[in-house]
Amino acid sequence: MKYLDEYRDGEVAGKIVAEMRRIQTRPWVLMEVCGGQTHSIVKNGIDQLLPEGVELVHGPGCPVCVTPLEMIDKAHSIARRPDVIFCSFGDMLRVPGSDGDLFTIKSNGGDVRIVYSPLDCLKIARANPTKQIVFFAIGFETTAPANAMLAWRAREEKMANVSLLVSHVLVPPALEAILASPENRVQGFLGPGHVCAVMGYSEYVPISARYHAPIVVTGFEPLDILEGVLMTVKQLEEGRAVVENQYSRILNESGNLPAQQLIGKVFEVSDRKWRGIGTIPNSGYRLRKEFAAHDAEKLFDVAEIATMEPEICISGEILRGIKKPHDCPAFGTLCTPQHPLGATMVSAEGACAAYYAYGRHLKPAPLHQIVPNAAPEPAAAGGGRS
Amino acid sequence: MLRPNLLLRAEEDRKPMANPPDTTKERQQETETPVSPLFGSCPIPIFEHKQIVLGHGSGGKLTADLIDKIFLPAFRNPVLDKLDDQAVVSIGGARVAFTTDSFVVTPIFFPGGDIGRLAVHGTVNDLAMSGAQPMYLSAAFILEEGLPVDDLRRIVESMRAMAAEAGVQFITGDTKVVDRGKGDQIFINTTGIGIIPDGVNISADRARPGDAILLSGYLGDHGMAIMSQREGLEFEGAIESDCASLHTLVAAMLAAPTATPDFIHCLRDPTRGGAATTLNEIAKRANVGMHLNERAIPVRESVRGACEVLGLDPLYVANEGKLLAVVRADMADAVLAQMRAHPLGRDAAIIGEVVPEHPGMVLMKTEIGGTRVLDVMFGEQLPRIC
Repeated sequence: MKYLDEYRDGEVAGKIVAEMRRIQTRPWVLMEVCGGQTHSIVKNGIDQLLPEGVELVHGPGCPVCVTPLEMIDKAHSIARRPDVIFCSFGDMLRVPGSDGDLFTIKSNGGDVRIVYSPLDCLKIARANPTKQIVFFAIGFETTAPANAMLAWRAREEKMANVSLLVSHVLVPPALEAILASPENRVQGFLGPGHVCAVMGYSEYVPISARYHAPIVVTGFEPLDILEGVLMTVKQLEEGRAVVENQYSRILNESGNLPAQQLIGKVFEVSDRKWRGIGTIPNSGYRLRKEFAAHDAEKLFDVAEIATMEPEICISGEILRGIKKPHDCPAFGTLCTPQHPLGATMVSAEGACAAYYAYGRHLKPAPLHQIVPNAAPEPAAAGGGRS
Repeated sequence: MLRPNLLLRAEEDRKPMANPPDTTKERQQETETPVSPLFGSCPIPIFEHKQIVLGHGSGGKLTADLIDKIFLPAFRNPVLDKLDDQAVVSIGGARVAFTTDSFVVTPIFFPGGDIGRLAVHGTVNDLAMSGAQPMYLSAAFILEEGLPVDDLRRIVESMRAMAAEAGVQFITGDTKVVDRGKGDQIFINTTGIGIIPDGVNISADRARPGDAILLSGYLGDHGMAIMSQREGLEFEGAIESDCASLHTLVAAMLAAPTATPDFIHCLRDPTRGGAATTLNEIAKRANVGMHLNERAIPVRESVRGACEVLGLDPLYVANEGKLLAVVRADMADAVLAQMRAHPLGRDAAIIGEVVPEHPGMVLMKTEIGGTRVLDVMFGEQLPRIC
């Protein structure tokens, strides 16, 4: 298929890997940030092609995985209400809360619907004027513009029965949290292609400089990922640390400006809790107060829900690149996609679920000993978000 | 705090907790005080479905669970235990294949077919997968109050035409009508019997290491035709259902010239759950492994495109006019030639082989040269967030 087959060519893949072998002199640890990249790596067996010593660890970029259990429980308690039609992206339906998943709620009589676009909620709202239509607005910057558009249109068109349960997270603060951790092993990043298609990549420049870590904004097809790895290894070998763009057929440095403007009008930056990681300051979006009439958290009296994650689960360490799924004693035994114990097993894009689905026939590779990056420069170098 | 050894106890703790009766009043109460049954002790999201969810009908893991835990323990006998798509019994010296299938598809008319057409092909194909010559069918109709009689007439005419084409006759039937809202326009059940020729012995447990795996044509046409219609999605180049009766193709395959008969070991039509689920069933039943070659698997461009857009995998999408065959290696080319000479097998291909390693597991060599596990589908395939 045009625009796909070109990026799945086994022969070209071999050439990129050969070049990697030629330039590589020591072990390197790279993190792919996006869940879509993790899925593609494990599904296509890309990690099996890499030279020994180039290790990929899997980042926090699966929006389903990092949505905190409290938020999922909130969503479920709203979805159970008889006056609500609860709309969600498809892969959120299988994510278990403290008591079942959205499929269970649906089979109990709850009205739960999969939508392909958030704007489908407007159509559903017009057809069901006596019902409250609640959309579960989760995701990274990638889904933010479409979700913002729903809030914007709902307000413009005075649709009082449309609201959003917002749990949006942002990539740059998570990268900083990983790099600032004393346990950090990650030396370079494959940056999130689709997030940067919306936001551009200028906000990654100060992070790369401050922590002296190369960031190569990368696509999702096998050759995109191999080329992204090659570009990152090349920077590391040459002692450089800058932001580069592998995915130039899709994005440029400034990103999608109209989308950014819409996001700015609807959302404001707020602290967010990440499942498996904890609260990261300024790491998410919430609705601005002008949109309070469409904010499901304000409309529905959902009590604070306290939850506890099982101690055995190491998803926090996996999301920060310190451990891999095979390091977990529960992986594939107590913890499977049917019975997930934690964040990284719940969605197809989570590292544990991807390993389980596609890679459980492989023997785990040992973690490489690496020389840590230079200490971060003083905070004055920037890295803040506005 | 939770200790690992409490994981199992938590599972037991949950067992006596029945779900609340499904009344609106009780669900409202639940919403007002969202208390998880595990609250305060252990909120690990381990659960088993206490009600039927849609995934139980997907043909994947959940369907298999129902069969293993509810139907088999109740009905167990040597014929049923084979769990093929049809039962084979000897009656008066003849080997008779016997099968039944219910059809609940929405929309009832779709590109390339309708529910009546499916009801004939589905049952004829289940008979054909034992090598049987289909003979007689029954038809039972469950009609919802309000169904236009013209729609019923159209469906029945399509059943008549397809039965005539397949050379089978309807010899008994039944009609029921349910209140509006208690059914979805029309449900059809068909049952069929056929006679298996001497010397033909086809069953899922007969796959042997060394056997070749053949596929009769493009994967995923039916499922994507239904989905594009159901979701109002329009793709370049309309996708039509592949639904067709396969018994003449099977007869052509069985007629491949050879001195040593009994060369077709297994036949299956990969309907719900798709080719991946069907191959896993064969691998488990015969206790063998499989190696597939992704590059050899035929998928139409339009289907690939639609799957890419929705984040689905064509290997898990339903087919209604394709078969998978496990064939003795020395006869693979001869059977392939017979298939390609038949209109329903023009695009047939050898897609892999049966191996002695990793029994019960299907591995696939990816386009770029890695390998991955091809698992059964867990519930329903869900479109991904991004």
